[in-house]
Amino acid sequence: MPGTSYLAAVVAVGAAVTFALRAAPFAVMRTLRSSPLMAYLGRHLPAGVMLVLVVYLLRDLPVDRPLLAARELVPVAVTAAVHLWRRNALLSMAAGTAVYAVALAVAPG
Amino acid sequence: MDDQATLTADLRDAARDVGPVAAGMFLLGTSFGLLVVGSGLAWWWAPVFSGIVFAGSAEFLLVALAVVGTPLATVAVTTLLVNGRHAFYGLSFPLHRVRGRAARGYAVFALIDEAYALATSRPTADLTGRRIVTGQVIMHVSWVAGGLTGALAGARFSLQVPALEFVFTALFVVLATEAVRAGREATGPLLAVVCALVARLVAPGEMLLVAMGLFLGVLLVRYRFAIPKEPDRARH
Repeated sequence: MPGTSYLAAVVAVGAAVTFALRAAPFAVMRTLRSSPLMAYLGRHLPAGVMLVLVVYLLRDLPVDRPLLAARELVPVAVTAAVHLWRRNALLSMAAGTAVYAVALAVAPG
Repeated sequence: MDDQATLTADLRDAARDVGPVAAGMFLLGTSFGLLVVGSGLAWWWAPVFSGIVFAGSAEFLLVALAVVGTPLATVAVTTLLVNGRHAFYGLSFPLHRVRGRAARGYAVFALIDEAYALATSRPTADLTGRRIVTGQVIMHVSWVAGGLTGALAGARFSLQVPALEFVFTALFVVLATEAVRAGREATGPLLAVVCALVARLVAPGEMLLVAMGLFLGVLLVRYRFAIPKEPDRARH
């Protein structure tokens, strides 16, 4: 289990980077703010970063055991589908988690 | 109107603005608290993360990275990329309406997705600085209170809900779905998935960093070639 000083450092790093990001646009000059590269990254970075994270969270998916893989992938698909349908974050997460709970019961490890 | 009356009106308006969102944040905060305790951390880490970092989805990720002892440099880069979108919020957030150094500092600190959405989706004439900041305080308190409730419940009743670990994945699936929809193009998202899979195969130990770096590199290359066509594509 990680120690207190390491965890405190994680909190400090996370907080410092987050605050710096939120403060950055108020600090930088207008020329940089309106640069086409920033606009391009602002448009294309978020979706890709979130997808990379989803793949990262599913990194230990047992691809050689289809049933166990499906136990993770089906709830992921349900979450995305419900979200496209209703666009209510809490509802999508609840639906996906409920399906995952059922999947755990149906196909235990 | 005297000052007391505008203060009361601002508080009431702020409560009405953020009510449903704050309730949702409390609920999500509860699952964050449960995750903190479920990961083996002491219950009080939940309010520490939620109060000091105050970055919703990134906090889930920070806890997940912390329990496996991820190097701080990777923690910094990951936070930078996950919260990178926040750097674009300041471009249109009406900070000039907020009076006072402390209030302005807090407004920037608490510039979460929901605060940005709220401040930019209302007609600016009714939106006073105090109403914006009060809304941010209400959301901050709800988020911390939710985390505390979840963590205490988890610690007190040793609440272990195996299915709950999926809440974390579901949160990022929702964020990805939302972002892909907003981006209105398939190539970028597909390239991101390819980068992540390549990183998983090539560098399983440093997957996150390698995947993010690859994707950023691919985007910069695409920018070099795609920029003349960009305004045209945006019109469709």
